[in-house]
Amino acid sequence: MSLQARYYKTVKDIPREDLFAPGHRLCAGCGAAIAVKLALKATRGPTVVVNATGCVEVSTSMFPYSAWGTPWVHVAFENAAAVASGIVEASRILARKRGGETYDVIALAGDGGTFDIGLQALSGALERGHKLLYICYDNEAYMNTGIQRSGATPTGAATTTSPAGRVIPGKRERKKNLVEIALAHNIPYAATASISHPLDYMNKVRKALEKDGPTLIHVFSPCTLGWRYPPSKTIQLARLAVETRYFPIYEVEDGRLRINVRVSRPKPLEEFLKLQRRFQHLLKPENKHILESLKRQVEENWSRLLKLEEAGVRP
Amino acid sequence: MLEKIIRGEFGYEDLPPAAIISPSPTSPSYKTGVWRTEKPVIDPAKCVKCLLCWVFCPDMSIKRLEDDSVKIDYDYCKGCGICSEVCPTKAIRMVEEV
Repeated sequence: MSLQARYYKTVKDIPREDLFAPGHRLCAGCGAAIAVKLALKATRGPTVVVNATGCVEVSTSMFPYSAWGTPWVHVAFENAAAVASGIVEASRILARKRGGETYDVIALAGDGGTFDIGLQALSGALERGHKLLYICYDNEAYMNTGIQRSGATPTGAATTTSPAGRVIPGKRERKKNLVEIALAHNIPYAATASISHPLDYMNKVRKALEKDGPTLIHVFSPCTLGWRYPPSKTIQLARLAVETRYFPIYEVEDGRLRINVRVSRPKPLEEFLKLQRRFQHLLKPENKHILESLKRQVEENWSRLLKLEEAGVRP
Repeated sequence: MLEKIIRGEFGYEDLPPAAIISPSPTSPSYKTGVWRTEKPVIDPAKCVKCLLCWVFCPDMSIKRLEDDSVKIDYDYCKGCGICSEVCPTKAIRMVEEV
């Protein structure tokens, strides 16, 4: 982190003002609420938020209550990136015609609205090169509609559409790699972050907003109802995901990958899994092969990241 | 507009076009504190002013005061217990709501 421009060095540097108001109806212990709150604290000036359908959208904007202290647009499930592109360009043209400043635009969507439904609009926006920040808060399934599997659900996780039983041991496919899909568009900045590392996350949001081009942040946010754990464990789980190498924290800036949270002695993956009901079946002896395959994925991903960092090549 | 709509005394002509909510935020008039079954209680003697509870509270219910000590806003606290879990000195205790 030494080379990185750091806007927030300690917790005391975090501004007191909140642009995300209390009284929203996200669950007690919601990880996404923390992700949104910290992202808005890291904005640098006038900002517009474009929010795709998802948990955050439905529970922060129940008419006539809105929890947003910024201008906020609700869009359909798939087009957060497309609407954000329009707002960016409108801001630019209006500033040129009438004078005045442009503003920052953040597109916010969950993993369903990014990995699956919104991928096409996201790809288009990244390819056209609008100056926007896309934040995907990843709770690893469609939590808002009742825990259906998504492209972000990890191997072995039980959801209502990939239930764990005698025949099917949870989801059988792998999780998509969103950051690398985004990087394939040759964008200046993409990063992963976790709500358990708030300073790292906020510095990334701020840095992404200052880049001249499309940027993407993939933030890990545990879901108490969907993963089935007590709401007080949200931060602990997010931290365990990092410490077991399950969710590596890295950034790719101008083609160079840097691992921000180096995990030299990882904790056993079981520590992360055993706290969650959705993974309980993996700890049974008959499902050992799924657990092994998940562990292999985690280790392969980590060693690949290390190699990419060392080689200094674009992933 | 808000009061009329909350009381349920409105017709279609009272609704703003395109469901615009202005001014915003209006959610603080909805008190989520009633969801709570356990409430956090701070022991000021044990607090070291690290502010971790303030950073991690998902409901903006922990207020950071001028001297960096903290105060809980029970109007919105949903009682998730994250503050008690992240507190390094165990200064926040969860007690059953009566």
